[in-house]
Amino acid sequence: MSTKVTLCGIPMDNPIIPASGTFGYGREFADLYDINILGSFSFKGTTRSPRTGNPTPRIAECTGGMLNAVGLQNPGIDHVLAHELPQMKAYFHKPVMANVSGFSLDEYVEVCQKLDGEEQVGWLEVNISCPNVHGGGMSFGTDPGSAAQVTKAVKAVTTKPVIVKLSPNVTDIAAIAKACEDAGADGISLINTVMGMRIDPMRRRPLLANTTGGMSGPAIFPLAVRMVYQVYKAVSIPIVGMGGVTKAEDVIELMLAGATAVEVGAANLVDPFACKNIIEALPRVMEQYHIEHLTDIIGGAHHG
Amino acid sequence: MKEVIFTIVENIPLTSTVFKMVLEGNTSQITAPGQFVEIAVPGRFLRRPISVCDWSENSLTLIYKVVGSGTADLSTMTPGTTLNILTGLGNGYDLSVSGDAPLLLGGGVGVPPMYGLCKALLAEGKTPTVILGFNTAAEVFYEDAFRALGVEVLVTTVDGSRGIQGFVTDAMTVPYTYFYTCGPGPMLRAIDRVAKTSGQFSLEERMGCGFGACMGCTIETKVGPRRVCKDGPVFCREEVIL
Repeated sequence: MSTKVTLCGIPMDNPIIPASGTFGYGREFADLYDINILGSFSFKGTTRSPRTGNPTPRIAECTGGMLNAVGLQNPGIDHVLAHELPQMKAYFHKPVMANVSGFSLDEYVEVCQKLDGEEQVGWLEVNISCPNVHGGGMSFGTDPGSAAQVTKAVKAVTTKPVIVKLSPNVTDIAAIAKACEDAGADGISLINTVMGMRIDPMRRRPLLANTTGGMSGPAIFPLAVRMVYQVYKAVSIPIVGMGGVTKAEDVIELMLAGATAVEVGAANLVDPFACKNIIEALPRVMEQYHIEHLTDIIGGAHHG
Repeated sequence: MKEVIFTIVENIPLTSTVFKMVLEGNTSQITAPGQFVEIAVPGRFLRRPISVCDWSENSLTLIYKVVGSGTADLSTMTPGTTLNILTGLGNGYDLSVSGDAPLLLGGGVGVPPMYGLCKALLAEGKTPTVILGFNTAAEVFYEDAFRALGVEVLVTTVDGSRGIQGFVTDAMTVPYTYFYTCGPGPMLRAIDRVAKTSGQFSLEERMGCGFGACMGCTIETKVGPRRVCKDGPVFCREEVIL
């Protein structure tokens, strides 16, 4: 029995990757368990300059999930290179996924260029889908033309595999994925959060200071399965599936839809051991579904 | 931080909206008064952060206010029920700077962490004075519990129906060497305006994870952005922007 997969040429012990923004730089979780059991993890979305993010409240709950409007708070690429990545070497020894965000083509290019020389960075996950910032983020990911533009520009300055992270807040996810593939993307990751909103009936005002936020959690899982399935039909590059994954069975389902690897997001926030539990449960669940090698089931729901 | 299964021993109302829950379980991760725990409430996605009121080796006391459906669920739980709780979250109060006669100011549901703090200061031979602020007499809780510790307790109510009429700041005429406080934002700002010494504020913010991963509860401070859950919830007067 094997849980090994290969993502854009890089072998992984298992397909489990904590999603960007739910795992920081791994330190809080490394205090709890050896995070080297993970396939990899995607670190906090990084921009050119430090960002303090949105005003609070940034978090709201909903049935089966939550909304966040953190707004890409991060210390900026120079700080990440000088402090976070060197410190990470002490507790994580596998290739890490670097999540990159930006507000202009130049910014994406500059951040990716700076990460290109980092040995521990296995993949660049280029986030063109953050719903919580204005004038950047998702605006690049809702149009096939600009998605392709970012992909092409980033590909030109890096030797690392480029995985483009897509937004579900679009009418035709397959067309955007295809545009990224045609522009040279090595992989596609999806879905980022779904834009949502809550209102406080007592104050009669939005719960989130940002008004809207990105919804995540198990409530969006079927949406993720559907979109991974559609994108798998449209492209031939590997897909990193995510959206509401909480258990090993969800991993199997997303892989059958077409995912080569699977990110786990909101689940980490309510159960810091979520990824560890999923990884430990995988062999049992594989046995239950008569799976010998996990790689065998990628896109399995499309055949016959 | 540790994930622990606790068993409810007692869950009783102190006022019409404030409840006291005593739980049995491993409290080894709780190292300072002012820390908090995160309770997984069945059927709710996010955990509920609740400040630690008191603890001993195998016992945890929480006092919480029913403010929404999650805490309403908590209030109906019966003894014997088990809860999955992350314990030992946050930094807690720093007792080493208290001086001999620290002042403790708790407002409303900010009162509970003052109790554990008061006990810890007494154990170190200090002489704390406690000011508890409420809106009205019907909302007063734990006054007797503080008195039972043998400390001076001043109660203020906004409508004057109990103790001194006014806010906690109206009772700050006693001498003190340092202050510790927890309560609503306007109260913290009022204390900051009139306090004569340095002190520590415990802040509240809507949280995602409660252990520093999601950046959901970040606030701006004089020394840059800080996470209320991990870098706080206690911040010293010199760094906090209220």
